[in-house]
Amino acid sequence: MTDAGLFAVLVAMVAGAIRVSTPFLFVSLGECLTEKSGRVNLGLEGTLVLGAMVAFAVSYHSGNPWLGVAAAAAAGFALGALHGAICRLPRVNDVAIGIAMMSFGTGLAVFLGKPYIQPTAPRLPSLPLGDWLGIPSLALALDVSPLFLLGIALAFLLDWAFRNTRAGLVVRVTGDDAAAARALGIAVDRVRLVATALGGASAGIGGAFLSLFYPGSWNEGLSSGQGLMAVALVIFARWQPRRCLAASLLFGAAGALGPALQSIGITAGYYFFNAAPYILTLLVMAGTGSASRAARHAPGELSITR
Amino acid sequence: MPKRKNDSQGEEPARAAVSGQRGVTNMTAAGISRRSLVLGATTGAAALASAGWPGTAGAADKLVVGVIYVGTRGDFGWNQSHATAVEALKTVPGVSVVEEENVPETLAVANTMKSMIELDGAKLIFGTSFGYFNPFMVDIARQYPDVQLRHPTTLWSADKHPANLGGYFAYMDQAHYVNGVAAGLSSKTGKIGYVAAKPISLVLRTINSFMLGVRKGNPGATVKLIFTGDWSLPVREAEAANALASAGCDVVACHVDSPKVIVETLERRGVKSCGHNTSQAALAPKGFITGAETKYETIYKGFAELLARGEPLPNVAIGGYDKDMVTSTPFGAGASEEARRAATEAIAALRAGQPMFAGPIRDNKGNVIVAPGSALGNYAPELETANYLVEGIEGSVT
Amino acid sequence: MRGADELRRAAEFVVVPALALAISAAIFSAILLAMGQSPAAFFQLLWRGAFGTAFSWQNTLQRAAPLILTALCVALPARAGLMIIGGEGAFVMGGLAAATAALPLLGWAPAPLVLLLMAIAGTAAGALWIGLVGVLRHRRGVNETIASLLLAYIAVAVLSFLVEGPLRDPASPNKPSTHPIGAETMLGPIPGTSVHWGLVAGLIACLAAHVLISRTTTGFAIRIAGGNPHAALGQGLPVGRLLVLCCLLAGAAAGLAGFFDVATVHGAANVSLVAGYGFTGILVSFLARHNALAIPPVAILFGGLSAAGGLIQRRLGLPDATVALLEGVIFVTLLTSETLYGRFAIFQPRGARQRP
Repeated sequence: MTDAGLFAVLVAMVAGAIRVSTPFLFVSLGECLTEKSGRVNLGLEGTLVLGAMVAFAVSYHSGNPWLGVAAAAAAGFALGALHGAICRLPRVNDVAIGIAMMSFGTGLAVFLGKPYIQPTAPRLPSLPLGDWLGIPSLALALDVSPLFLLGIALAFLLDWAFRNTRAGLVVRVTGDDAAAARALGIAVDRVRLVATALGGASAGIGGAFLSLFYPGSWNEGLSSGQGLMAVALVIFARWQPRRCLAASLLFGAAGALGPALQSIGITAGYYFFNAAPYILTLLVMAGTGSASRAARHAPGELSITR
Repeated sequence: MPKRKNDSQGEEPARAAVSGQRGVTNMTAAGISRRSLVLGATTGAAALASAGWPGTAGAADKLVVGVIYVGTRGDFGWNQSHATAVEALKTVPGVSVVEEENVPETLAVANTMKSMIELDGAKLIFGTSFGYFNPFMVDIARQYPDVQLRHPTTLWSADKHPANLGGYFAYMDQAHYVNGVAAGLSSKTGKIGYVAAKPISLVLRTINSFMLGVRKGNPGATVKLIFTGDWSLPVREAEAANALASAGCDVVACHVDSPKVIVETLERRGVKSCGHNTSQAALAPKGFITGAETKYETIYKGFAELLARGEPLPNVAIGGYDKDMVTSTPFGAGASEEARRAATEAIAALRAGQPMFAGPIRDNKGNVIVAPGSALGNYAPELETANYLVEGIEGSVT
Repeated sequence: MRGADELRRAAEFVVVPALALAISAAIFSAILLAMGQSPAAFFQLLWRGAFGTAFSWQNTLQRAAPLILTALCVALPARAGLMIIGGEGAFVMGGLAAATAALPLLGWAPAPLVLLLMAIAGTAAGALWIGLVGVLRHRRGVNETIASLLLAYIAVAVLSFLVEGPLRDPASPNKPSTHPIGAETMLGPIPGTSVHWGLVAGLIACLAAHVLISRTTTGFAIRIAGGNPHAALGQGLPVGRLLVLCCLLAGAAAGLAGFFDVATVHGAANVSLVAGYGFTGILVSFLARHNALAIPPVAILFGGLSAAGGLIQRRLGLPDATVALLEGVIFVTLLTSETLYGRFAIFQPRGARQRP
């Protein structure tokens, strides 16, 4: 690989991290909040797809992409609230409901979304943060969406709130030990309901990014499983919002590797380059894990990490 | 993981038989009516016993026609190009059309065909995804000899497959050749990109034709090729378009199911684009050059006319510009004057049967594909099994 | 008295799901009416397409067959407290290994022997793929949910690479596949039907899984490990080995399903194997509450919905998304109905009620 080629790949990976990571970020932050409260919502893939479709439709009809983002957040909130409300019922398994909600959300999006595959909707604006550098390739890489910056801010805000605010503490106690939370007078079910609904809203915004910014179009294959992967990334991130950010950036950068390498002429074995995010994540997990601390960071009430 | 739309395409094309029939079609290439088009390609029709063909004209029973799609009918791509064209069949009196979409290339499609036959009484089935052919459509054709099946490829051969099965195909590589001519002359840098789904022969063929078109007007130009690995992966398609733009390509073409994302991404990057399957001109008002479009309505309309008369459909109906089965999207702002002129000439030449694969042609590893002084016809069976990339393409098959 | 009590309990497991299905039908009827469609016509077609004719039954059972085995891939580890969502990977690797194992045998070995070795190879490959997840969990503390999902994506990359590269049959230029095993080697359907033998294998596997979990000491230990790992460790149970065992068996089931897909449907390994059976199996298992004996009926419900979906699309001119939405409504309602168990006095054992 020449130096120029290497530089091109590095720039592409930075650009990829910025472009591709945002949906992962919003979904994983939403799921992080939900799981911190002791509940799992595996259905965020469906929320992501529904959010994408709703955002596109609203932007198309209203002409205002930000209305689309708001509508996607509302749709995600509604799906999350439904999930939360069902899981309040005794004997209902949250993991199972999540998988069913994935099917329901995707089905609803595909059902309602048929008329929006062909049209073009107003797209979210971008912020040209890199223009001052005077290097066109870098400038393009730093042509970022406000949603990306919002996602970063949300990661740090959540991180801070979990540590320093009363609400953050309430969520954490609820997620770690429901009995103790009840003893403190916390309405466990209500906390979880709110956390799940807000988590859904965040995932809905992730969907809006897909349909209104990058790749910026609605079709039925838009998500290709990104929502499910993002939920799994929360475990990888050990339930820490800042690690969710890191994991999403890593995933985005690795996802840019395949096309970038092919564009500079390294073409053999591209299936493995395209699978780089998965291989890399698995290697990192196997490399940093140890037998004794399988779920040390997990919220105690979580049903998938016992 | 979402439901995955499976790979396209069937097996080895039947060379001898199909090429024989292509001889017929090529001879009748110039200026033909729709009727002679279909019948001209109909050497296999005699094999259809008229008793085995469900009559429609004046028949008391309705002819039920089943159409199967691998994706959604409104995908703004491959499936839509068929679904729109199938409308022609619905206008035929005595014909009723039943359609099923998102049918994967698994046992599901065999069951869908059986269900159409057993429960709907279908006597004619169009399975419009390549991977349906073998084993599924071949098996159903053997199992139900009184049902006619047609598949949009050239995989059928009289000596290997049942006579109630057949193929029809629009040769998109001709339109990609024209894309290439226009792209080569619209590029300033001589660096052109191409985003493709999978390294199967059908796709390799369109890429090769595109490259030959590029070099026709711009001999020094190169084409950087990126495979995404599947037919519809919007995020990776956008990434590929961005990667090509970053690598300095100023024109990018594509062969994926629905090029909307690619064309839009290129427009935002200020890169010129060529379309595929349906018209994407409106998506790129600044950079659109032209696009390769199928005209399946020509074929389905021809079929509809035959059905209306109660005549059998041909086993093989193929063509390109010569048969009005492919077309080029009207030029967009990205096409230079020179490109428009050369592309229009190229279309006229293809219509007249002038070969694209005129030697000398080498692959990008230096092997001779077509020797100097010789040529492969535009319907030559050798092209069906392409497993190489021609000189000038930066990329590899595996 | 005990007999009557058992009948009451059994009735609950029929009445509650039936009630849930009725509620989803009501919800969906409202949607259909809003769309201007007739619910009566819809449900009539649903019945006809899924179970209404002998053909429909075969269609349904064919679609159910792979799901039974891939659902076991979720159910077995779930009983040990593991959530495996990557059965798709084991299915794919099973199919790939089965097709590859046949290659050196074709042309000289008798078909039954080839099929036997293919089945062994497919089962083993699936077992190793999910077994790796168990080992990673046991030895490195890697969460099995994410590891199995990642490995599913990696399996698809391995399959695509091999069938388009080193293992590609040159005679498959347009549908990259391994060398076909040939019609003479392929496994025919169950005589008198068009249903393949994977269905029988699935039923046997469910029965075996049920016996293992409910009737053996190992199964008892697995359930303890799943219910309370700390207690299990306290009792000196080899929790890690039990987890790995469950993963191996789970992967074997999905790998076997991959073998059947190659041996009865495709005749070669190609990316048509990636059809989502592994992911649908997750839903089947959860709807069956990870109970091996409940998996076949749930899988048949799935098969029926998907079989009827086509007929509904064709007759009513509805998009396929209609059935996808109906499925979503049914799944959510069925799972929500679990809250009703134990709520109706009529289903409670009389003996239990007399207790203070």
